[in-house]
Amino acid sequence: MTVATNDQVRLLLDEVVDPEIPVLTIADLGVLRDVAVSEGSVLVTITPTYSGCPAMDLIRSEIASTLEANGFSDYSIETVFSPAWTTDWMTEEAKVKLRDYGIAGPAPVEPVVSGIGYQVSAAVCPLCRSDETRMVSEFGSTACKALMVCSSCGEPFDLFKAL
Amino acid sequence: MTGFATMTDPAAAYVLRHGDDNLVLAQRLSEWVSLGPELEEDIALANVALDHLGVATHLLGHASQLVGGGTTDDDLAFQRTEREFTNVVLVEQPNGDFAHTMARQLFMDAYQRLLWEALAVSEDAILAGIAAKAHKESLYHFRHTSGWVVRLGDGTDESHTRMQAAVDNLWRYTGELFEMDDLDRQMVESGVGVDLGALSGPWLHAIAAVAADAMIALPDEVTQRGGGRRGFHTEHLGHLLSEMQWMQRTYPGLEW
Repeated sequence: MTVATNDQVRLLLDEVVDPEIPVLTIADLGVLRDVAVSEGSVLVTITPTYSGCPAMDLIRSEIASTLEANGFSDYSIETVFSPAWTTDWMTEEAKVKLRDYGIAGPAPVEPVVSGIGYQVSAAVCPLCRSDETRMVSEFGSTACKALMVCSSCGEPFDLFKAL
Repeated sequence: MTGFATMTDPAAAYVLRHGDDNLVLAQRLSEWVSLGPELEEDIALANVALDHLGVATHLLGHASQLVGGGTTDDDLAFQRTEREFTNVVLVEQPNGDFAHTMARQLFMDAYQRLLWEALAVSEDAILAGIAAKAHKESLYHFRHTSGWVVRLGDGTDESHTRMQAAVDNLWRYTGELFEMDDLDRQMVESGVGVDLGALSGPWLHAIAAVAADAMIALPDEVTQRGGGRRGFHTEHLGHLLSEMQWMQRTYPGLEW
């Protein structure tokens, strides 16, 4: 049995990255909600980004294999829905990592305005930093991203949607 | 296996009916994959389908826990018969042309935006958590769908005619969304459920706003067709289920 503290386990779990955006760890994303070690048993709590996020199964199995590789056999992984995940949990450091990877980070989540609201706030191009950008589609290569194009440099890029 | 129709746990039955709405709608939307009118929209429809499938997975999972006895979400999805599905009949209607898919989606998005907001404060904490998450997703579904309804309705003569026909054809299935039965009333009383009747006013308000922008006339009162919550479906659900379930029916318990 491995004896460890909550912080040591958290450090180990920094190896677990989002399979779709491998520059971000599950802690960067805010998917990792809690780590609790008690009498040698580890409880890891995670929350999904989007209801249908297909990466969750893989994330769960990577947490398991990371723990097992480090000698933990007594662990459980729980999924919670509340409070609902928000991009506001993403650290500033994570947003810089995203930008360097070519994905525009999410704007702060604005309070929900009633009414129709067709408009989505624009983003800064991660390549040339121009704010002359427009949305091609609110839905991109993964559930969490929208497809954008920069009017200044002409390059398409992904935007991590504010949720 | 004993039929799920005998399911007597009201809390499970309540969670399951909303799960069924999402499961059937997800299955319908995913029929568009590779057939969308343009690449971006193909991806968008798949994304929206995935959101609904995710909500369905969580709700069926929760329902299966409430049922107990080792029942799983897969059992509920793949081993119930048509008569045991309790989705509203709107979601099982065929995709038709793109305008029909968008009209069906507009009606559901506007409904779910209100439904999830109300269920987010349910006394059932798990249901509340799933609803709070789904609520955020329904907001951008509605934004996306209403954008298309306006583009088509206020577009060419052809697109306008098709959008109007879609709204006219599907309007008869919208009344069921707000019908209250004994289970609904019981769930409202226990603080788990939603007073659906109270959602119909705000729903109509939202639909009317989009329709006005889209130059679409909303139909006058028409005879409404419901029955889905009691397992009485239109002919389309059986065909959908036979495709969705055939693998598990042929090889029960098969895993990847």
